[in-house]
Amino acid sequence: MTTTVAEPSASATAPRSTGRGRLVLARLLAARGAVTGTVVVLLLFALAFGGPYLTPWDYAAPDFSALHQPPSADHWFGTNGVGQDVFAQTVRGLQKSLVIGLLVALFSTVLASVVGACAGYFGGWADRALMFLVDLMLVFPSFLIITIVSSRLKSAGWIAFVLLLALFNWMITARVVRSMTISLREREFVRAARFMGVRPLRIISRHILPNVASFLIIDATIAVGGAVMSETALSYFGFGVKAPDVSLGTLLAAGTSEAPVFPWLFYFAAGLLVVFVLAVNLIGDGLRDALDPTSGAAPRRRPRRKRP
Amino acid sequence: MLRYLAKRLGYYTALLIAAVFLAYAISATALQPRTYFDAKVPRPAAESVEHQLTALNLNDHTPVVERFGHWAGGLLHGDLGRTIHDTPVSDDFGRRVWVSLRLLLLGSLLGMVLGVAAGAWSAVRQYRFSDRLLTVLSFVLLSTPVFLVALFLKNGAIAAKDAAGHDVIPFTGYETPGLTGGLGTHLADWALHLLLPTISLALGGLATYSRYQRGTMLDVLGSDYLRTAEAKGLTRRQALLRHGLRTAVIPMSTMFAYSFLGIFTGAIFTETIFGWHGMGEWLIQSINEQDVNSVVAVNLFTAVVVLASGFLADTLHAALDPRVRS
Amino acid sequence: MTTALDTTTVDTPLLAVRDLRVDFAGPHGPVPAVRGVDLTLRRGETLGIVGESGSGKSVTALSVLGLLPGTARVSGSVRLDGRELVGLPGKELAAIRGRRVAMVFQDPLSAFTPVYRIGDQIAEAVRIHQRVDKATARRRAAELLDLVGIPAPDRALDSFPHEFSGGMRQRAMIAMAVANEPDILLADEPTTALDVTIQAQVLDVLRTARRETGAALVLVSHDLGVIAGTADRVAVMYAGRVVETAGVDELFEAPHHPYALGLIGALPRLDGRGGPLVPIPGAPAPMAELPPGCPFAPRCPLAQDRCSTAEPVLEPASEGAGDHLSACVRSAELAGRRPAPAEVYPVPELPAPSGGSGRSGRSDGSDRSDRSDRSGRAPVLAVSGLGKTFPLLKGTVFKRKVGEVYAVDGVDLDLREGETLGLVGESGSGKSTTLFELLRLGAPESGRIELLGHDTARLTRAEAHRLRAELQIVFQDPMASLDPRMPIGDIVAEPLLTQRAPRAEIARRVPELLRQVGLDPEHAVRYPHQFSGGQRQRVSIARALAVRPKLLVLDEPVSALDVSIQAGVLNLLQALKAELGLSYLFVSHDLSVIRHLADRVSVMYLGRTVEQGEVSAVFDRPRHPYTRALLSAVPLPDPAAERARDRVLLAGDPPSPTERRAGCPFRTRCPRYAGLTTPADRTRCEQERPALTGDPGADHQAACHHPEPPPADAHGG
Repeated sequence: MTTTVAEPSASATAPRSTGRGRLVLARLLAARGAVTGTVVVLLLFALAFGGPYLTPWDYAAPDFSALHQPPSADHWFGTNGVGQDVFAQTVRGLQKSLVIGLLVALFSTVLASVVGACAGYFGGWADRALMFLVDLMLVFPSFLIITIVSSRLKSAGWIAFVLLLALFNWMITARVVRSMTISLREREFVRAARFMGVRPLRIISRHILPNVASFLIIDATIAVGGAVMSETALSYFGFGVKAPDVSLGTLLAAGTSEAPVFPWLFYFAAGLLVVFVLAVNLIGDGLRDALDPTSGAAPRRRPRRKRP
Repeated sequence: MLRYLAKRLGYYTALLIAAVFLAYAISATALQPRTYFDAKVPRPAAESVEHQLTALNLNDHTPVVERFGHWAGGLLHGDLGRTIHDTPVSDDFGRRVWVSLRLLLLGSLLGMVLGVAAGAWSAVRQYRFSDRLLTVLSFVLLSTPVFLVALFLKNGAIAAKDAAGHDVIPFTGYETPGLTGGLGTHLADWALHLLLPTISLALGGLATYSRYQRGTMLDVLGSDYLRTAEAKGLTRRQALLRHGLRTAVIPMSTMFAYSFLGIFTGAIFTETIFGWHGMGEWLIQSINEQDVNSVVAVNLFTAVVVLASGFLADTLHAALDPRVRS
Repeated sequence: MTTALDTTTVDTPLLAVRDLRVDFAGPHGPVPAVRGVDLTLRRGETLGIVGESGSGKSVTALSVLGLLPGTARVSGSVRLDGRELVGLPGKELAAIRGRRVAMVFQDPLSAFTPVYRIGDQIAEAVRIHQRVDKATARRRAAELLDLVGIPAPDRALDSFPHEFSGGMRQRAMIAMAVANEPDILLADEPTTALDVTIQAQVLDVLRTARRETGAALVLVSHDLGVIAGTADRVAVMYAGRVVETAGVDELFEAPHHPYALGLIGALPRLDGRGGPLVPIPGAPAPMAELPPGCPFAPRCPLAQDRCSTAEPVLEPASEGAGDHLSACVRSAELAGRRPAPAEVYPVPELPAPSGGSGRSGRSDGSDRSDRSDRSGRAPVLAVSGLGKTFPLLKGTVFKRKVGEVYAVDGVDLDLREGETLGLVGESGSGKSTTLFELLRLGAPESGRIELLGHDTARLTRAEAHRLRAELQIVFQDPMASLDPRMPIGDIVAEPLLTQRAPRAEIARRVPELLRQVGLDPEHAVRYPHQFSGGQRQRVSIARALAVRPKLLVLDEPVSALDVSIQAGVLNLLQALKAELGLSYLFVSHDLSVIRHLADRVSVMYLGRTVEQGEVSAVFDRPRHPYTRALLSAVPLPDPAAERARDRVLLAGDPPSPTERRAGCPFRTRCPRYAGLTTPADRTRCEQERPALTGDPGADHQAACHHPEPPPADAHGG
């Protein structure tokens, strides 16, 4: 039919024949920080969920023969004032903190992407109302509201706490998603879909969200670290995870006053916390470099002509 | 430019009113002052509790909107209501606000200035040793919650004290009680007490700002106008200082508005850990005492400070960037 | 090759580039951008460097002043008056930049620091190299702005870059470049982002600036027309090397390199001469993995076995060729034979049109569809008096309306089955708004849109949805219009899915469509970034054709493509139209493309149709002064013809569409209005809005009170 005006097949000219996923993976592996971060996070997860099986001690059961004992072959991280094994407690606390961090990041990212994409895509009153809400929630430190409300939620347990954290952690992400959506909305492939008659919610799910996905992945990664930090801070002051549950925050709170004398009560938990958040941040940074198509050394080429 | 700022101010006022109402509603429903009285020993008579609650405008049998109206009416006359101990909230407020502001202003300013400088420096020296070192440091700092930084610093000070046998750096309170001497002695004493809390606050800001500034500066380094400046005959250094820095700082002004929240949250921990009787400590104390009016006062303070910093950021933005003025 | 050049330059050249090489650090090792470029610039002359994207022309210009980013590695030699610039310390280089060699960049918005006033930035350029006080520098800046024709220079000094229009910014950029009377002006695509009438102004300013300062000019451009009208000598670059260099007349007259020959053949021409477009097959050579031998060999119709073994050197084709050098083993043959592009490159066989327009292969336009034929065909699109305003909003939270933008203010279109209607206009003329109003398939704010016999104001939702299948669009930027996260198979299938086509039908249709636009159906699983620009635009076309539309709206479909690729896409569009009986609404700023492809043309200015009619009538005998100016601003890729033309240079920028003036909107820039002598004539332009009128029976109308008198031999009158 029109073979006379055909160009040679793409294989002759396509710059790379690898898929995008493999490209991202290759770039990620090239970033040492991200690889280290991933290994550390995996090890910490293994420790958090495998650790309880390694030690004969239970995190709550006291060993009255060993009070305030420094680390030893018997009690790897030592014991506290009532003889509880610090390793068992730390592992248990780490487990809780990691689970909370992951869940908060998941919930808040979902909420942020829905609100941000809707505000950005529909614009007008929906946008203004949602953005006023975002600004409003940004005026107070989430900490204040959580502390106030959490005193009422004593019975609901840590799941309520997760929801609270997520509820106050989505606003800035939503703002970014919104502004990305606004620019995507004017991009020609979204216009093309609109002119084809594709429905708005379908455009959001099929075209908008996949194109902000890389930002969301990076943001969610970093949000895990942020959520763990918030959790520990709140639990430290008694507003988060409460006994009998333990988290890194409650352990730190318990160990603080004794830290100068019995450092093992404080520094194991503190160290694991910093190492985990650091590893997560390294992964986030590596992902940002790997997913961002403009990063890399190749000079950016300018479009030939601006749209008149 | 004035029109732009006036518009922003109007928006912030609307936000402030809505936010204060919400804060009041949340505090008044979530906290239960009744339990505070019920827990008193000896247990007061039910009638007396009812009477006291009503007198303090804390009675949960009165609708929230009505209580808010009463509270807001007082606010217009500068009355913040009474604490649960039946003292004026404004007394506590007046005493604590300067303690907190001292710490907040110093900590955030220091963090910002050092962070911007470190970030710009880091970007110019991209991939050199100094950049890598700063990157590693800021990552470690970003991964350490403020309360942990504060605790590390405090533990360090305690260790120093134990080693030296006397106080090396003070780590509790904002002044030495009963200190005698002239103004100079007092100022020196204040400065010394400010040291650790300010550092713990500023470090977090420094890390955040320096990462962000590094990013915006790198964008500017690849920009066409910097190339133009060089093509005119400016050296790289001159071009960076005259044309690059100002443009790179512009996005930071927005960042400033957002990050103030984080700094305030950090200040709550810092105050509590270093035994400062500021707004943060007051918040935690009054939540535990179910003291609604005091909690609302702290909320009001935060909202005003956050919005003021937002307005300041807008002013800065408008001053730096002619494009937003029109 | 150096020896060959030395024989031609007796005295020391002003600028001598020898064996310049630039590599950029890439993720898989260095990627070459410039691979051994030799250039010579003599005092006062204009050297044009022409090439497609990625040919290394801009990098060459930037490396002269050492302005490349840190990832670039430069080697070779750049001598200014015999002084070596490569490797010079930053401080000494800074003393040369702006003083002896100054630069004009492509995008004048991003090239000015956004936060400083224009005047301060120009004054700074003065004060870097001259010891003068602030007031003197400011006075000098005002003089410079005056020189480049910016009205009210004293006030303009205090403007910020974002307050200037694109043309004004580029003028200011030139003012800044000539501030220290440099010996050399390097202009890197100085008019690429501008409209043709503004481009003509800027090129004129560039000539003035050269005349005033006596500077030599290096003009880097992808546009052969711009080069033909401005340059004395031309260097053609391909894959990081100069493949041919010659005096401008010789080069256009008798190119010795097949690539240069192909470029000339691929370019549609405004004067309608030159025959069918000759696409260069394939895509530009990938710089990261260049084939051995001549990098053009894979695309070259003259390639022989020896071409893929060694890269030919740049040398004279024969003894008597003088300074006409080319890097091709068969250049002597080309120099001797002087073939037309179509004799060397395979010319596509375009099928006979199904509609009435006998365009393919013929260029004189005399035998196009005649009127009786036209009225017999079914109307596809009829637009009359279309208007669209946008509220001008102010306020951050509670927006309030402070005025209106009259984006479209009286557009008439008439498109029949099998026709191509070209829609021409500059930025801000309302072309895009018109398109979006059409595609919305809703009731227009004012006027009437009739699509395939349906009044769009009366459509129900279901009818509108069905009608969407009849009307599809191809956008300008093939990268932006394809979702980067979808395989092209899904992209092409999307309109079918939206029209609820059965699964089997989709599975059958997608490979068929890909084959139809010249792509391999096997590649349906690949993502857009794995294709070249031309291939992506083919995907766009396939998507638009998926639901078998009757009308295709083509919004600048080739303006983001390189010339050699553009020709292939244009030929494809022509073939598809003939084969499928489509009608095209073809929007373009490029009048040459319109002339080549369209049967009828409609010219827009400030939201209104100012002239419309049969394409050769409008282009050969324009009646509206704006059309005349527009046509005369288009540079021809023919140096002799370009020099011989008389130009109508429009003053200033189009006025703001926020005001709706009484009378003729073009008045403010109209040379004809300016030349009117009787007050009554002028008053008419000022008060009466001209309507589209023309001779009855002739397919040619213009909205002007004082149209150009039709020549005596006006056809059809």
